[in-house]
Amino acid sequence: MIVASRARSIVNEDSRPVLPRYVRIRFDKVRQRHVVLAPEKLYWPDEIGIAILDKCDGERSLAQIAALLAADYDAPYEIIFNDVLEFAQEWSDRLLLKI
Amino acid sequence: MVGQAAAEDLSRDARNEAGENVRAGPPLGMLAELTHRCPLQCPYCSNPLRLLKAGDELETGDWLRVFDQAAELGVLQIHLSGGEPTLRSDLDQFVERLAAHGVYSNLITAGVNLSADKIKKLAGLGLDHVQLSVQSVRRENADRITNYKGALARKRAFAGWVIEAGLPLTINAVTHRNNIDETEAFIQFALDAGAQRIEVANTQYYGWAAVNRAALMPGYEQCLRQADIVGAAQRKLTGILNIDYVPTDYYAKYPKPCMGGWANDVFNVTPNGQVLPCHAAESLTDMEFENVRERPLAEIWYASKSFNRFRGAGWMPEPCRSCERKHVDFGGCRCQAFAMTGDARATDPACSLSPHHHAMESLAGNLSSSNAPPAFEYRRIGRY
Repeated sequence: MIVASRARSIVNEDSRPVLPRYVRIRFDKVRQRHVVLAPEKLYWPDEIGIAILDKCDGERSLAQIAALLAADYDAPYEIIFNDVLEFAQEWSDRLLLKI
Repeated sequence: MVGQAAAEDLSRDARNEAGENVRAGPPLGMLAELTHRCPLQCPYCSNPLRLLKAGDELETGDWLRVFDQAAELGVLQIHLSGGEPTLRSDLDQFVERLAAHGVYSNLITAGVNLSADKIKKLAGLGLDHVQLSVQSVRRENADRITNYKGALARKRAFAGWVIEAGLPLTINAVTHRNNIDETEAFIQFALDAGAQRIEVANTQYYGWAAVNRAALMPGYEQCLRQADIVGAAQRKLTGILNIDYVPTDYYAKYPKPCMGGWANDVFNVTPNGQVLPCHAAESLTDMEFENVRERPLAEIWYASKSFNRFRGAGWMPEPCRSCERKHVDFGGCRCQAFAMTGDARATDPACSLSPHHHAMESLAGNLSSSNAPPAFEYRRIGRY
């Protein structure tokens, strides 16, 4: 029976995610696109994904991040917020975002 | 930077085994086997039998040049491995150089010969991640597999120092008949150590592991049980611990997509500078590989005969040629195909569509059902 002393983080509008020290976003000059470097993994998020990650500074809440993106992309807040929430949960589940 | 124009130029005459023109993209990762020296003697080691001595190894300047060339070529992650990479006295310089290039550095270590200060220093120089091997979570079994007294206690201490240094930690548990029943305990070990990730990987039978196959092969039932345990743990530990799993291909239906395809994403540099599409490729004795002492990496990656040999799909014979999975698993592993059929182009016998599959599966069944497996032949430099 496996016993975990830590628990899974569930994100909500007040979560203030930040990239852990061991996850880095970098512009890859050879391929001319952004890449996320993580332990023995690489990720190639799309433009929106990179925009979300760029705003995850540990200060802004997911609600604030969604509001910024809704303004940037001139899109309805509710739709953007749901996308941001889903994205943040997925990245938290892979231990790529600290909530 | 090796841009697209330069890559295209180098690929102009690139031909695979079937004579098709092939055009590779830039590589993502590099495995740097800095040395074959190692304090442990694990019988499942995938290093070649003819292990290199310290005097055969590349000089500091060679490795620094290789790292510069790899970064230029587009490599994003470099795995510092071996043998035991920390036996190189110039490791600090390597970590520093990779950090200067923004390349993600991963130290793959046995963790028995390092101090808390050393790992702290490497973290300060920009090391990004540590992968620690654990052979067993039972003291006597760990001593027996590694042929090193007290290995487990040292690894436990080392894992603590990695976390204290603020570095992310992966536990690497290579499983076989002697420890596969510890799978759950390995996962618990990773959790207790504060690791972010564990790899539960069944032994791949190359190098020393091939010699020790009869002493290592797990049974079918054991493998099924392990798959259940890992699957349940993956569900339970979502968001807590990342679990990567490599099942035994001897009992598989389809082969592993070996290396993500031959010379597709990654390559390996051996302690004496041989450049290989995978760490076991020198077992393909029907071909020759190139060396970083003689040729720049970009030329080897894009233009060498060895790297281009199995690129594309036109080289595949049947049953791969007409198979809808040929772009999924690339016909499996060339080294395993060569070792078991004598033909490096053949379908990997791990595939149920291979005419050799049944022989492979029954061999695994026979070996694993023996109640008296042979003693380990420990990995030692100079034995072959």
